[in-house]
Amino acid sequence: MKWLQQTLKDIRQYPSAIIGLVLILSMVVLALYTIITIPYSEAIRLWRGGEEVWGENPRTVPPAWTNWFRDKKMPETLVLRVGDEDVTKDMAVISEDMYDITLTYTFDYPYDGFPQSMNVFFTTQYTAKAPHVSMSWLTPDGRRIRLGDITARRSDTYRIDQDDRLTRRLRGVEPRVGLFADPEKENTPTTVKGTYTLVVEATTFEPNSEVDAKFVLYGQVHGLAGTDHRRRDLMVALLWGTPIALSFGLIAALGTTVTTMIIAAVGVWFGGAVDGLIQRITEINMVLPFLPILIMVGTFMSRSIWVLLVWVIALSIFGGAVKTYRATFLQVKEAPYIEAAQAYGASNWRIIVFYLVPRIIPQLLPGLVSAIPAYVFLEASLALLGIGDPVLPTWGKLINDARANGALYNAQYYWVLQPAVLLMVVGLAFAMVGFALDRIFNPRLREV
Amino acid sequence: MSEDALSVQPDSPVTSRKSSAGPRNVLRLARYTVLKLGSLFIAVVVGIYLTILIANMGGYVDQILRGQIREQVSISIGMDPEMRQRPVEERNRLIEETIAIEEERLGLNQPFLIRSFRFLHRALTLNLGRAQFMSSDSGSRLVSNIILERLPSTLLLMATANLLLFFVSVFFALYLSRNYGNVLDKMVVGLSPTSAVPAWFYGIFLILLFAAVLGWLPFGGMVAAPPPPQLGPRLLSMGRHLILPVVAWLLSGFFGSAYGFRTFFLIFSMEDYVELARAKGLSDRDVERRYVLRPTLPNIITTFALMLITLWQGAIILETIFNWPGLGRLLFQAIGLFDTAVIVGSNVIYAYLLALTVFLLDFIYALVDPRVRIGSGGAK
Repeated sequence: MKWLQQTLKDIRQYPSAIIGLVLILSMVVLALYTIITIPYSEAIRLWRGGEEVWGENPRTVPPAWTNWFRDKKMPETLVLRVGDEDVTKDMAVISEDMYDITLTYTFDYPYDGFPQSMNVFFTTQYTAKAPHVSMSWLTPDGRRIRLGDITARRSDTYRIDQDDRLTRRLRGVEPRVGLFADPEKENTPTTVKGTYTLVVEATTFEPNSEVDAKFVLYGQVHGLAGTDHRRRDLMVALLWGTPIALSFGLIAALGTTVTTMIIAAVGVWFGGAVDGLIQRITEINMVLPFLPILIMVGTFMSRSIWVLLVWVIALSIFGGAVKTYRATFLQVKEAPYIEAAQAYGASNWRIIVFYLVPRIIPQLLPGLVSAIPAYVFLEASLALLGIGDPVLPTWGKLINDARANGALYNAQYYWVLQPAVLLMVVGLAFAMVGFALDRIFNPRLREV
Repeated sequence: MSEDALSVQPDSPVTSRKSSAGPRNVLRLARYTVLKLGSLFIAVVVGIYLTILIANMGGYVDQILRGQIREQVSISIGMDPEMRQRPVEERNRLIEETIAIEEERLGLNQPFLIRSFRFLHRALTLNLGRAQFMSSDSGSRLVSNIILERLPSTLLLMATANLLLFFVSVFFALYLSRNYGNVLDKMVVGLSPTSAVPAWFYGIFLILLFAAVLGWLPFGGMVAAPPPPQLGPRLLSMGRHLILPVVAWLLSGFFGSAYGFRTFFLIFSMEDYVELARAKGLSDRDVERRYVLRPTLPNIITTFALMLITLWQGAIILETIFNWPGLGRLLFQAIGLFDTAVIVGSNVIYAYLLALTVFLLDFIYALVDPRVRIGSGGAK
């Protein structure tokens, strides 16, 4: 363990390694935080749940913090339900069977941009006659715009933006703009800031009939990370991508390094035919089309990243690193303490596991750390080719989704950049630490 | 990658024995070549057999063959004028019967082990079957035609990117090793971890910056649509489309390999015989060329081989990102369409391409490494 202390002392000479270590540590903290706050099942529900999970989110909008860099502030999503502070519900009896229910939704609109769209979701109770609903819109400058009249069945949705009659009434301007725009400035649509009110007047025709409505104004920005084409909050995937990327990279790097090292040690210790065979297999292995084989596994066997992980390790057992380790083992093998171990009758496996392998662990560390980014990016590469894990949200899958939906063409850069930056941070952090370790453990490199 | 390839310990100083026996050298070279070819052939066989094993896990290999038989039989019976007069039921019965006979003839009802070797033979002879959904631009449905059509564009991209990366980084590394410790050298050392990031990743940023935001260069593809009719403008358009993928490849590879080569050159220029050459008063150029570059050449070639291997595979994703109509993008499309024959066929081709690359470079290696020719050293 002395070498570990020495390493920590040496590493202080490399500022980039310190930065790398800090980044890795913060990523680990983020990963742990994610696993604790959003358990696995909850993450799957949030990412695969369906409309009821993300129905109130706008579609493909950038994160809310982009407003800081904008002159024109974009609206955030607003959801108003009965029971909220700014929603009132009044009931008037007209006759024995008929009631008038009036719902008013009042909200403040201080933004410069127009909302993405607006919906009113109705949930009504009745036995035979559905309630009749008429809606109107009050602007801050005192105009009253009549919206649609509908018969609200049990769970009906009134999509304000798709009301063609309303569009015609607004002289061809789409309602999401027309309802907020200043009528004086027709050429450059500008919002009128202030308090708006949506009035929903429902007439019920049965004694026990009930009308309830939820008003959703879909904004142009959402949350910390924005949303994707299915209205999902990207934050879930960004957060859960962290533990997945770290564990995939770490397990793959550890698995491949340890197995190659043992193979190299076995080859060197037994020598002769065993060594020759291992050498030949290594040479063959180097020529195998690694990525195409993984692609085959992904398409024909299983897309689970854990199955792919097993294949990655299996294909790397006889990887090129065997040659490097072999060179070191050949030197270690001649050391007197090995001879001593043999003299007191240690078994072959005892010598390999307890005497040979521990000696090269310090040299193994740089390779191991430097290999992690390669595997983190491998997962992303596979996801990009469309064989990402079908269940888990990963960074690679986000980039793939974004690309498949033309995020780059449609200037939805946040969608690509956020997972890309995270990938890059993880990749570079491990690469910087590995680089410093390489120079520390490789005396020949330290001189140059 | 490059650091792995360049073993830090320089090999034993090169013996400069004058070789006299020409025929013996040729014989040695031939023996070396045959050995290499043999081991590479085994590698190809293993690679393809692995492919078959994986593909067979869903019974997909059989599916390719069965589909092919069905198509052939249906066409041959459907085209037969004599058959056209018979009733449909009879024709269908005949088709089914012929298919059954064909399947038995081709051994589809034999155990998998035997069938897998049969398929291995077919794959090794590049008899890759017919695509299920895809076809080549010229309309052929033969997998080998589809793949052959894509090969030149992959080669264009790969050759440009890799040769550029290789020569630029070797010469830059020579410059750095000469000016060891200056600002540029320190910068390259500091930036070398950026090579941990693959090319496609830089590609996304490049597209974002130069295609989406600035609009200077195309998003992807190989030539403008529609392609200019004259050759000159068409080549120019190809060049424009080539810039971003090549730059992405350079960005991802440059600092890492420049650092690797530089370190390698530095270690070699600390050898005693280089010191001696310097003491003799030889010019820097001569020392560099004859005492540093010459003995490191075999290792540099090995690195180049490894670079090529990574490139063949890295191209799959780079081509996908840039919509480059090459082999990699073909594989991507085949995955999307689940065209088993094309996926398996691409794997076979990749196995061959990798082996071919390694063989060519091994051959060059044998030519430049005196130890292979003279046979003083052990196996590489």
